[in-house]
Amino acid sequence: MKAAVITFPGSNCDRDMAVAIEQISGKAPLRVWHGDAALPDGLGFIALPGGFSYGDYLRSGAMAANSPIMKSVVEAAGKGVPVLGVCNGFQVLTESGLLPGALMRNAGQTFICRTVALRVENSQSLFTSRYEKGQVIHIPVAHHDGNYFADEATLDRLEGDGRVAFRYAEACNGSRRDIAGILNAGGNVLGMMPHPERAIESDHGGSDGRALFESVFENLSVA
Amino acid sequence: MVKHGRTSDSRSCPLMAAPMSEITSEVVEAHGLSPEEYDRVLHALGREPNLVELGIFSVMWSEHCSYKSSRLHLKKLPTEAPWVICGPGENAGVIDIGDGQAAIFKMESHNHPSYIEPYQGAATGVGGILRDVFTMGARPVANANALRFGRPDHPKMKHLVQGVVAGIGGYGNCVGVPTVCGETNFHPAYDGNILVNAMTVGVADTDKIFYSAATGIGNPIVYVGSKTGRDGIHGATMASADFAEDSEEKRPTVQVGDPFTEKLLIEACLELMATDAIVAIQDMGAAGLTSSSVEMATNGETGIRLDMNKVPCREEGMTPYEMMLSESQERMLMVLKPGKEAMAEEIFRKWELDFAVIGEVTDTRHMVLEFDGEVVCDIPLGPLAADAPEYDRPYMSMEDYIAWAGISPMQNRPDTDDVGGDLLKLLASPNLSSRKWISEQYDSQVGADTLQTGGDAGVVRVHGTKKALAITTDCTPRYVHANPYEGGKQAVAEAFRNLCAVGARPLAITNCLNFANPQRPEIMAQFVHALDGMGNACRVLDFPIVSGNVSLYNESKATGGGSAILPTPAIGGVGLIDDYDTMMTMPFKNEGDAIYLVGSEAWATPDPERSHLGKSLWLSEIHGRDEGRAPPVDLTLEKNAGETIRELIEAGLVSAVHDVSDGGLAVALAEMAIASGLGAEVSANEDYTAAAWWFGEDQGRYVITVPDTDAFNAQLAKGTRDEDTALVGFRRLGTVTGDSLFGKSVEELRAAHQSFFKDWMEA
Repeated sequence: MKAAVITFPGSNCDRDMAVAIEQISGKAPLRVWHGDAALPDGLGFIALPGGFSYGDYLRSGAMAANSPIMKSVVEAAGKGVPVLGVCNGFQVLTESGLLPGALMRNAGQTFICRTVALRVENSQSLFTSRYEKGQVIHIPVAHHDGNYFADEATLDRLEGDGRVAFRYAEACNGSRRDIAGILNAGGNVLGMMPHPERAIESDHGGSDGRALFESVFENLSVA
Repeated sequence: MVKHGRTSDSRSCPLMAAPMSEITSEVVEAHGLSPEEYDRVLHALGREPNLVELGIFSVMWSEHCSYKSSRLHLKKLPTEAPWVICGPGENAGVIDIGDGQAAIFKMESHNHPSYIEPYQGAATGVGGILRDVFTMGARPVANANALRFGRPDHPKMKHLVQGVVAGIGGYGNCVGVPTVCGETNFHPAYDGNILVNAMTVGVADTDKIFYSAATGIGNPIVYVGSKTGRDGIHGATMASADFAEDSEEKRPTVQVGDPFTEKLLIEACLELMATDAIVAIQDMGAAGLTSSSVEMATNGETGIRLDMNKVPCREEGMTPYEMMLSESQERMLMVLKPGKEAMAEEIFRKWELDFAVIGEVTDTRHMVLEFDGEVVCDIPLGPLAADAPEYDRPYMSMEDYIAWAGISPMQNRPDTDDVGGDLLKLLASPNLSSRKWISEQYDSQVGADTLQTGGDAGVVRVHGTKKALAITTDCTPRYVHANPYEGGKQAVAEAFRNLCAVGARPLAITNCLNFANPQRPEIMAQFVHALDGMGNACRVLDFPIVSGNVSLYNESKATGGGSAILPTPAIGGVGLIDDYDTMMTMPFKNEGDAIYLVGSEAWATPDPERSHLGKSLWLSEIHGRDEGRAPPVDLTLEKNAGETIRELIEAGLVSAVHDVSDGGLAVALAEMAIASGLGAEVSANEDYTAAAWWFGEDQGRYVITVPDTDAFNAQLAKGTRDEDTALVGFRRLGTVTGDSLFGKSVEELRAAHQSFFKDWMEA
């Protein structure tokens, strides 16, 4: 299984994501530059890392969503390739239309960096099968624009279809219905504001994020 | 014949509105040069300068660039140790951390801009110090800061705090460098002149360190990064003058930062540095293109010729004067090996950055600028940098200073019969309150190597190794004001202590020397004596100074009365942990652990000569009295206590360590309780008054917790390594137990601790 981490100008969690993938899968992911027109062949997993792509100019994730490589990412997602977007990666996913809704400025108006409690809402997905439904895990957040917004009908649909993957179990950023991470209709695209790649070892940030990567690699190797 | 450049059409700034051909005394004064200094310019050139040349002299001879009031005294600081690879004089200091790796770090001030425009001022302060570090080939791995604000009820202060914190976060978070530690003080002396000191630590391979000496006659000089705009013109001159009532009008001289471009610049520079194309590299910081090119040519003992028409400009019609004095951010100057231009350009184009060959290294020892085919500047380099003015400013003796400052032993020593009540008030006070409101606005985790924040020092792992760097920023300005010599020692000693407390071996420091107007003998006395104390501390503690920055004229007429700041020689300390599995933290760990105070045996009985409460926060917060003398620092004890602590940590005999500083023993215990949720039962020392024992700020002390007292006592019974460490004493304070301290629940303490910022910011 080949994994890839996309680097946009201004990505700053790309190395952290690559380290997490390598530590857990045992294999270093390919590093893909935003300006590349095409993805490498035969990718089994694509990660869009956190950071400030294009300096958050215009809107967080808006410019990266229009970069050449995102056309290929959207295509791959359409074919069922698993795509994980974390933090700025989540913002790129909503801006590119792979996920519904938008990430707005935090309700408190300030940047928030702290470890938060999350509740796993769906343990059936490709990304969350190693968790238990209802399990509370602790993962760091670090964002200024993490306040998830969608209209009521969309929120109802997400809830009804089991597409809310994680919910904040404590006050965080004002997100509608405390949503921290959502899946697409096909279940192969996950966007989340908290950083699982910062929670893969007890020395740093705890290890509650490991199970997310373990779920992906286990499900892919079986598939 | 030197031809003058075009005049700017700006009418708002007298510096730029002056007709080019007339260098009148007003124009000279507006450039911040004294009549004597202007005579020196005439002598250096052998003729009248044109405006471009005058502007260049003005910034190069500003206090900010020339260190003309401080140089003489800075030379006395100890800068060497076997592990120092490069001391002061380059962009940042470099120390050996083993395995072919080096830590590169520096702290720098951005005080005046941050008062005028807090967000951009603080943000560009972070950007500037990051460039100083990656210029030398290091990937920045951690940021730290030291902030001083005025009294919280000052009408501007909330806005300033919000802006500075957002600016530091806005820049550091975006470039992806974790901010892992910092300190924040409030004092009315900073009402009209806040201090924003930013520090960056980077890691490089020792065989891939880059310096600034421009060598190789004919080698191309390359400009990379952002385009040059009209922002920040004369920033260095502004930073070298007192604040007047019109400080708000200086907003146009504050630079605007773009952390996105900085991030690209870091990646592009590090990519190019992995090749062998670079001869020398220097960032464009204060005084922009002027100081970078002068420093590179001076360090290389060469000359420089620049074609100003080739400088990438953001606006049409910029003059050479404006280009040379602009402080636009995110720019670098490099000397490349010949023939490497195309390869280098490709890297910078990939990162969507400007790249332009703008000149060459010459053998003339002159700085020559050409514009539209004419020479618009021709200055010998010697007078600009190495032979810049240097002043031996008059200063008071310590005795005269103490008399001037009105410092005397404390009379009428108050006591307390409510330690818990006083503790709650202290924890809720601005200077001791929780900094969570600030620290949560900084991404402290990006890079996934942060091992500790919120304790005595920030700790980041050296990526891919078991090593970790511990970082701390420290200074207690009220002590420095009461006794510059002891206060200078204390700032270094506290940094040393904070590094030892997390189990790190203190290696070296950077300093950021913030003082008021050096032309006043009492201010110069603060500077000279503080440096003296600092130097002695560095020598005894084997803790050299490898980089630093001086910020003078920190006083303001804006708030009425030429109010000087407290003398604030901020220290940034860096230490090394060989194996981070031994790293120590501050929170109580286990119910039943024994609590000890570690320090001098001297505290078994109080010193009748001292109140133990002079200049303490307890005295000022509970009694509103700012009195007494600063606590003395025993450097030998400090060194031995630190070594003892590190031995205990390495031997695995302690479960928590915390240094005792502001607020004394009671506050140290409270911080350990709040961080853990565990309480403690502790007993007083009957030889002391309750106030002196629990709230005195005696130096050189730590609180430790011990899980296995038998093993601990067995270790102590073995005796210490040498006679010096035998001077270090241990006193059992009590036991970790329950969920309260001094009769207050830990929850109550925590609520008090977090109340100040919450109430202030939500008001």
